Amino acid sequence: MNIALSITKTIHDWLYSIMPETAAMYAEMVLIALVYLGIFAVAGLFLVLLERRVAAWFQLRIGPNRVGFQGLLQTMADAIKLLSKELTGTDKADKFLYNLAPYFVIISSLMALSVFPFTQEFQAFDINIGIFFLIAVSSIGVIGILLGGWSSNNKFAMIGAMRSGVQTISYELSIGLSLLTMVLITGSLQLSEIVEVQKSGWLIVQGHIPAIIAFMIYMIAGTAETNRAPFDMVEAESELGAGFHTEYSGMKFAYFFLAEFINMFIIAAIATTVFFGAWLSPFGITESIPVLGVFWFLLKALILVFLMMWFRWTFPRLRVDQLLTLEWKYLLPLNLANIVIMALLVWHNLTISF
Amino acid sequence: MSYFSDIYKGIKTLLTGMSVTGKYFVTSKKGAITQQYPDNRETLKMFDRFRGEVIMPHNENNEHRCTGCQKCEIACPNGTIEIIWDRGIDENTGKKKKKIDKFVYHLSMCTMCGLCIDVCPTDAIKWGQNFENSVYDRTALTRVLNEPGSKLQAGVED
Amino acid sequence: METVTLNSNFKSEEYFINMGPQHPATHGVLRLLLTIDGEIIKKVEPDLGYIHRSIEKMCERDSYQQIVHLTDRMDYLSANINNEAVCLTVENALQLEIPERVKVIRTIIGELTRISSHCLWWGVMGMDVGALTTYFYGFRDRELLNDIFEETCGARLTMNYNVPGGLMFDIHPNFVKRVKEFIAHFKTKLPEYDRLLTDNVIFQKRTKGVGILSKEDAISYGASGPVGRASGYSCDVRKHHPYSALDKVTFKEALRTEGDTYARYLVRIQEMWESLSIVEQLIDNIPEGEYRVPTKAVIKLPKGEYFQKVETARGELGVYIISTGLKSPYRLKFRSPGFSNLSLLNHIAVGGKIGDLVATMATLDLVIPDIDR
Repeated sequence: MNIALSITKTIHDWLYSIMPETAAMYAEMVLIALVYLGIFAVAGLFLVLLERRVAAWFQLRIGPNRVGFQGLLQTMADAIKLLSKELTGTDKADKFLYNLAPYFVIISSLMALSVFPFTQEFQAFDINIGIFFLIAVSSIGVIGILLGGWSSNNKFAMIGAMRSGVQTISYELSIGLSLLTMVLITGSLQLSEIVEVQKSGWLIVQGHIPAIIAFMIYMIAGTAETNRAPFDMVEAESELGAGFHTEYSGMKFAYFFLAEFINMFIIAAIATTVFFGAWLSPFGITESIPVLGVFWFLLKALILVFLMMWFRWTFPRLRVDQLLTLEWKYLLPLNLANIVIMALLVWHNLTISF
Repeated sequence: MSYFSDIYKGIKTLLTGMSVTGKYFVTSKKGAITQQYPDNRETLKMFDRFRGEVIMPHNENNEHRCTGCQKCEIACPNGTIEIIWDRGIDENTGKKKKKIDKFVYHLSMCTMCGLCIDVCPTDAIKWGQNFENSVYDRTALTRVLNEPGSKLQAGVED
Repeated sequence: METVTLNSNFKSEEYFINMGPQHPATHGVLRLLLTIDGEIIKKVEPDLGYIHRSIEKMCERDSYQQIVHLTDRMDYLSANINNEAVCLTVENALQLEIPERVKVIRTIIGELTRISSHCLWWGVMGMDVGALTTYFYGFRDRELLNDIFEETCGARLTMNYNVPGGLMFDIHPNFVKRVKEFIAHFKTKLPEYDRLLTDNVIFQKRTKGVGILSKEDAISYGASGPVGRASGYSCDVRKHHPYSALDKVTFKEALRTEGDTYARYLVRIQEMWESLSIVEQLIDNIPEGEYRVPTKAVIKLPKGEYFQKVETARGELGVYIISTGLKSPYRLKFRSPGFSNLSLLNHIAVGGKIGDLVATMATLDLVIPDIDR
């Protein structure tokens, strides 16, 4: 096995020094899995809190501020409440698929998390088809939503699930094509190499106009991919009640809920990696301290997450046919044209690099 | 070319909308319109005319102004007010006279229409500004407004 | 198992959905039985009665003073205008001469009620099409009005401020100052409503050309208020049959001809501007005088039939009283705007998507207790 597991070399070397090679590899895998599960839980809960506070500030409210300092433990309390709640379900639900659906959603988002270069060393799985892997894995989640809506034997849930299918299949194209536009500059799908290329200027600067267009398309499609407003057709609460998770309660509901927020972070993180130089600091101001890369990565990702929240708390929801019109009549043709422009730019060396 | 101008106009209106919410986000520190309710109990003051509940003010001698004329009971649309009255002997004149035994007020039935207070000829009942009326037992909402041992204030009937 | 035929016109691709009685978009306990083919609506059957309290029957038991407070509970968002309607009917029957001061105050409070109702509607409209933030901006401005009502009338929602013969008590000394503050505040906020929602490209796409109601249909379904006026049907009672002090003010009737959801939206936004201008014209010259004409403790209307209509925030509210000379009416009928406006929902929502139905219902501005009574 020659997977490039490079989470902080010291731990790696230490593990291999005290154990036989096979045992060390398994121990390392378990360790990494635990670390990422921790990141997953903390990031999910923190993002839920952030969303609630940000929404409150947009809406002239204060937001949760009672549990812990400034409400920092609020989502923790919510999680405990959801854990202790009864798991209800419909009588005529397809029990197997009904129970399977939340795990599909959550595992797909957890898998996507593993390839991000948080900083130079801190990357669990530097696969050579990184972007392809991300696009592929992040679209598995929709199967969970489809299964959940279908199997819970509720018409509202089913409408939500079908909308979700339509939406994800359409917007996959835009996500893939807008990322491909940037891959034309880097010439590689491997995330660490994409970061390497950006040492001479972030890709959004290198690719200038087509890159900005690609970024805008990516953000729109990414918001749609995570089923958030203005594209929250799946759980449009004024139309479908709660949409696909109408019949879920307790921790199963929490899985859907957490996965939505993790997916949002993943979309932001992909954009950070591909457009904004991942852990690279602006103008290389903290290049001498590599650990700060995590800070820069999270900062950039959170700014993009905030942008998505801003969308959500400002815009009305699209109708389902308008959603498809936007994708097939606007985003896709623009995207295809954009790829051609970008290819010409790269061919004639018109990209800006320092 | 309307294809591209549509895109341009669309993005422009979206950005305008975002600027509105963004402005409130930036000024959110002082802009909150919600109240931290149980914390601000000391400073929270209702308006003088606020209709919270019907009260019967008593003066320092434990005297009220209700003559037991039952006009409020008739005016009430919901049967909220029940006056249990008696005939007592007036100490000064020695004549038999109507006096209230119990002024029963069912807060749970009251719609706060104000007709009883509007119709009262002696201003015996008034609006109280208390609004924290949640209780665990609904019998607690049935109140006797005249205090035990209270009597009619002299000079009200003249 | 035996198959049961639900509906002879029911095709195999279609299915029923129960929207309500507990559904966020029906704004209360309205149940819509939808026949849907995929996302497309084939039939809408409103099912009423979940909040029926037999107000009309209760009125036959109550005295005329008591009837007023029941009307608060019909269309609770325009409670003051409902009260005014009953009071006007009783006063006309008694041929009472109402002081100018009462008329002006009633008009001001009525128009403020209209603004407050439309504020809430605007917030909820945004919420129904998915923009949750509008709800709070609408409520922020409505709160100021509620404070004004609370200070003067004593209650925020069910005011019961009007009585037959005038007002329950005089306006609060702060009233004029606060209303002026509100006008100044609201004039800066209304353009913001436009920038946030009206101009938004998504909102326009969602509402333009959706739920089109022609003028002929508006008249034959008995649509009134903003719903009728958006279809070009000039039906403003304030303009055609002015009551209280409305004959002394100048205002434009908000009329549009498109008849779609967006037109109904714009009519309501324009009505807020018009109501502001009515309040502005009256607030500086409230005449001095009595705030109440004494009436008998037990009002008995002369034998006969009486009718009065007013324009509530939702449309035309008619009060029809048959009196036999007793202390309660023999029969009292409310012609509520919500009921007629709901009846045309099936007509305009068929063929649209579920999202269209929600947007259309939001602009009909239904208040369910007004429909059920």
